[in-house]
Amino acid sequence: MDSEISLTVDGRRHTVAVDTRTTLLDALRDRLGVTSPKKGCDHGQCGSCTVLLDGRRHLTCLALAVSYDGAEIVTAAGLGPEDDLHPIQEAFLDHDGLQCGYCTPGQVCSAVGVLDELKQGHPSHVSQDLEATPEPSDDELRERMSGNLCRCGAYANILAAVREAAGRGQA
Amino acid sequence: MRELEYVRADDAASAVALVSGEPEARFLAGGTNLVDHLKLGITAPRLLVDVSRLPLDAVEEYDAPGGTGLRIGANVRNSDLAAHPAVRASWPAVSRALLAGASGQIRHQATTAGNLLQRTRCVYFQDATTPCNKREPGTGCSAVGGYARYNAVLGASPDCVTVHPSDLAVALTALDAQVVVLGVSGERRIPMTGLHRLPGDRPDLDTVLEHGDLITAVELPPSAAARRSTYQKARDRASYAFALVSVAAGLELDGDVVRDVRIAWGGVAHRPWRATRAEDALRGQQLTEEAVLAAAELELEGATTTDQNAYKVPMIRNTTALACTRLAAGEVSR
Amino acid sequence: MTEQAAAPLQPRSMGTSTIRLDGRLKVSGAAPYAVEHPADAPPLHAWLVQSTVARGRVSALDAQQALAHPGVVSVLDHTNAPRLEDTSNGELAILQDARVGFRGQIVAVVLAETLETAREGAALVRVTYQAEEHAAELRVDNATYRPDSVNPDMDTDTDEGDVEAALAGADVVVDETYRTPYEHNSPMEPHALVATWDDAGEGTVLDLVDSTQGVHGVVSALAPMLGLEPGQVRVRAPHVGGGFGSKGEPHSHEMAAALAARTTGGRPVSLAVTRQQMFALTGYRTATISRFRLGARSDGTLLAIDHQVFEQTSAIREYAEQTASPTRMMYAAPDRRTSHRLAVLDVAVPSWMRAPGEMPGMFAHETAMDELAVACGVDPIVLRELNEPATDPETGKPFNNRRLLDCLHRGAQRFGWSGRPAGARASADGEWWVGTGVASATYPMMVQPGNSARVRSLDGGRYSVAIGAVDIGTGAWTVLTQIAADALDVDPAAIELEIGDSSLPAATVAGGSSGTSSWGGAIVAASQLFRNDHGDSPDPGVETTASAAEDPVAEEYALHSFGAVFAEARVHRYTGEVRVPRLLGVYSVGRVINPLTARSQFLGGLTMGLSAALFEESYRDARFGHIVTQDLATYHVATHADVTGVEAEWLDEEDYVATPMGSRGIGEIGIVGTSAAVANATYHATGLRVRELPLTADRFLP
Repeated sequence: MDSEISLTVDGRRHTVAVDTRTTLLDALRDRLGVTSPKKGCDHGQCGSCTVLLDGRRHLTCLALAVSYDGAEIVTAAGLGPEDDLHPIQEAFLDHDGLQCGYCTPGQVCSAVGVLDELKQGHPSHVSQDLEATPEPSDDELRERMSGNLCRCGAYANILAAVREAAGRGQA
Repeated sequence: MRELEYVRADDAASAVALVSGEPEARFLAGGTNLVDHLKLGITAPRLLVDVSRLPLDAVEEYDAPGGTGLRIGANVRNSDLAAHPAVRASWPAVSRALLAGASGQIRHQATTAGNLLQRTRCVYFQDATTPCNKREPGTGCSAVGGYARYNAVLGASPDCVTVHPSDLAVALTALDAQVVVLGVSGERRIPMTGLHRLPGDRPDLDTVLEHGDLITAVELPPSAAARRSTYQKARDRASYAFALVSVAAGLELDGDVVRDVRIAWGGVAHRPWRATRAEDALRGQQLTEEAVLAAAELELEGATTTDQNAYKVPMIRNTTALACTRLAAGEVSR
Repeated sequence: MTEQAAAPLQPRSMGTSTIRLDGRLKVSGAAPYAVEHPADAPPLHAWLVQSTVARGRVSALDAQQALAHPGVVSVLDHTNAPRLEDTSNGELAILQDARVGFRGQIVAVVLAETLETAREGAALVRVTYQAEEHAAELRVDNATYRPDSVNPDMDTDTDEGDVEAALAGADVVVDETYRTPYEHNSPMEPHALVATWDDAGEGTVLDLVDSTQGVHGVVSALAPMLGLEPGQVRVRAPHVGGGFGSKGEPHSHEMAAALAARTTGGRPVSLAVTRQQMFALTGYRTATISRFRLGARSDGTLLAIDHQVFEQTSAIREYAEQTASPTRMMYAAPDRRTSHRLAVLDVAVPSWMRAPGEMPGMFAHETAMDELAVACGVDPIVLRELNEPATDPETGKPFNNRRLLDCLHRGAQRFGWSGRPAGARASADGEWWVGTGVASATYPMMVQPGNSARVRSLDGGRYSVAIGAVDIGTGAWTVLTQIAADALDVDPAAIELEIGDSSLPAATVAGGSSGTSSWGGAIVAASQLFRNDHGDSPDPGVETTASAAEDPVAEEYALHSFGAVFAEARVHRYTGEVRVPRLLGVYSVGRVINPLTARSQFLGGLTMGLSAALFEESYRDARFGHIVTQDLATYHVATHADVTGVEAEWLDEEDYVATPMGSRGIGEIGIVGTSAAVANATYHATGLRVRELPLTADRFLP
């Protein structure tokens, strides 16, 4: 059963017919040709498909596209095109926070979301004081990034990149 | 995934009417568990009724006996609930439980009601090519004699040995929350301790809800024990993993004597396990590690284990002691 | 093909931390992976149907419901799939007969217009089986088959001296059994490809855009089976989302896509293996059982080493992991014996996973060494000093550059080993027992024959350098550019590198830590010959293609890399949970060509070793025959939160015996020994010796 939805992706508005079974990830990749979000597990277990959806980091694999009619989506490609990268993307490059690159767009989107959540004062599992404003410590950044798996094991370098983007420089 | 009809509900009552009227209909909210199941082929509804845009997303205070309670709309996202100032201040176990579950992305997406209604992660339930009484009644339980590391140690039946996966549900069970349910015959309230079932010979039923019942809210009553509460989770990875065992605990102390205590366990049974025997044993006692261990031991009488999951008995006992002694000492527990 | 002896290269770009040249494409998500390549025509989507019995025959396959589903175009099974010319590779020869060799094997392929309809079509295919009794459990008592050789072509058994007599005369004997579980490579990009079959014209018939570690290897495996000449198959893989060995050889999904593409009248077929399917179809590390016996004098001097390995292979295709291979060369002992025996099971086909052999073998060996150190009351580093061999115990050849002890000593200094309490369960920090452990690492230096490179001059002093190498995340795009720049004595910006295409000069697999050595050697040879033939100011368009001549000097030496891994483990005394706050690897690997990307390789290997130490286990349910922990929620790999203090460094050196770049391989050594270092640290923390991976919390609870 097809259904027509509209999505704004990286600033471009699209109207697209999707099967009611089509996930947001497949709508992006397969219908719209937006392949920056990656399919790593398709079951919410790896984070490779992470985008910013209505401003927050969000998986696209465990989401039926039809339910997201009208959504505003920013992918890593929308954060910064190749020739005009977002500061977080530059930090990933400088610290070699990537190897095969497949989890990278999701890591980048997640990092942007993490820094925003910290700014809003959201606590995390490792926050000592639930009611205090959390600091972007290494422990906090690692815990918050943990929904994005990297099998190449670039974690140490990704942390360095996110730490720099959090304004902590070379700790 | 079979072909699906999709309807976006206009209001809660019509959503309930739509699903009640169609045996093969399901509610869709955050989708983090349902979409997973659609792809795995372990559920195949004909109709999805999308309730994710219903205005059930408020967190409101209400007057309750002994203070101010919190009514949480069913669609409040896990991340928003965990970050809500009132929850952090007065029901910290709820915030901690949410933050110990899933990932940042999933918490933005998953709803309060959906979290409670998520289904087991038993590997056989999720593998449609193997027998599973919960997925396909009467086919048998593959987890008996199979991969049993996560299996229940309390309240299991020969037909099902799995555990409930929610962290939030454990905290809500400890803190005497209740769910507000809208059904075809109107609204009713169900205490969290009575929402989830033990498997018995009907492991296909996770809860006491009828087909078409919609959870519209969760009500959190105030208590001194809730204000001094925590959630302790043991797991393989340091993050992004289901519990091996977990403990939600709340304490009200008079000096070092227990005036009130709430304990619920996760990862040990087909439902969040309210440890009432342990609570009864602790009330009026001095809060010491030994006392908590003994109380937990009492609750664990009758635990059944295999080689693969026997560790859960000492682990839940110790984790309970850890949670309670840290609470008593005013230390952070996580 | 011209062969050229490559002269040692002076480093200019080599040795500098050049930022990944493909990095900008990757951080924005613009680098296209296999199925992301735009096809000439909208592709059909393929979905695999897998067997639900472990052994038997397909007795009936009913595709009617599937074909009736809107969008489904066709269903291929053993009755209608194109015939293969050669079916000797039991893994790749799918859809040729009704036999089922393991649970999860491909029994049909559904082609449909969309992913959704393909998936549902596959669900609607009704397959009935004549099931036969199967065997899927590895035990010591059923691992009795002696393979002719072990991977890649090593002796199955070795036996020098009289091990039993030496053990009988030893002051101290460690006799223990160590187990490693099934593990899955689990690269983040699932195996996937787009296949197009067009036999209308000359040239390429089968075109694959694949996710593979070796484009030429796919050609040479598939072409003869499909009755094609190698020149009729083209495989491209410009960007690959990890492999760790699982994309080192083609697997059955690649054949499935090729067969399907042959039936569509030229329309491309897009096939992405699902994460769950990967646990049956794309290779894995066999479980291993190592009976290890060390006999020593009371001071720790080894007299005898005996390593008996029991592991498994698939009945449909043999793969024998070389688990005891590092035992043969690691330490000195006059009497030594190793053996490999396999259980031949009705299971999915095992294959390469990062450091096959060394990874499970060194877990056993280095844990046994730690036990020996405890038994003799000797510091573990001193024990290794005592048993350092003068020459390679296996071949008798001199080691070219064996700097194991330098790695141990440098690591000990940086890690702060000297203050370590000798006894176990000696340190606590609050609720945590704290301990430290060490293990050695090693990996053989390999250069593969069969590589050549093409150098062509372009306008403006630029050069095209081409070889069919693949960057699976190692940094090949960057590192090969640096090597070419130094070989041609130009700035890296003057190099236009072409890789990832089988139409380029032949290259071997990105595996065995041999990629950069093998490809780089060819690039150096071709570059030097190019300069020889065409001078420093060549006319645009002139070119040279050459391969590196084999180096006779290298044959005189035992060439291995070495390392030392140090771990701090904390074990929670209430829950048994294990955390590793510090992990340090120090390596001797020859010249490091790009410190930035090399560090990432080491950190990645250490992180995967940590993950294996603490979490990774694929649980095979022998009743069914398949892995039931078949996703990333139940097959745990390390997350950000688990990786807290991983560091790597290397000795400043070069090794021109190994390669003209002075480098050896670095891709695998980081995973070797790491799990033993962690296990030894948990013993030191708790006094509990766990001899089986992974080191999960339950093993530390009474």
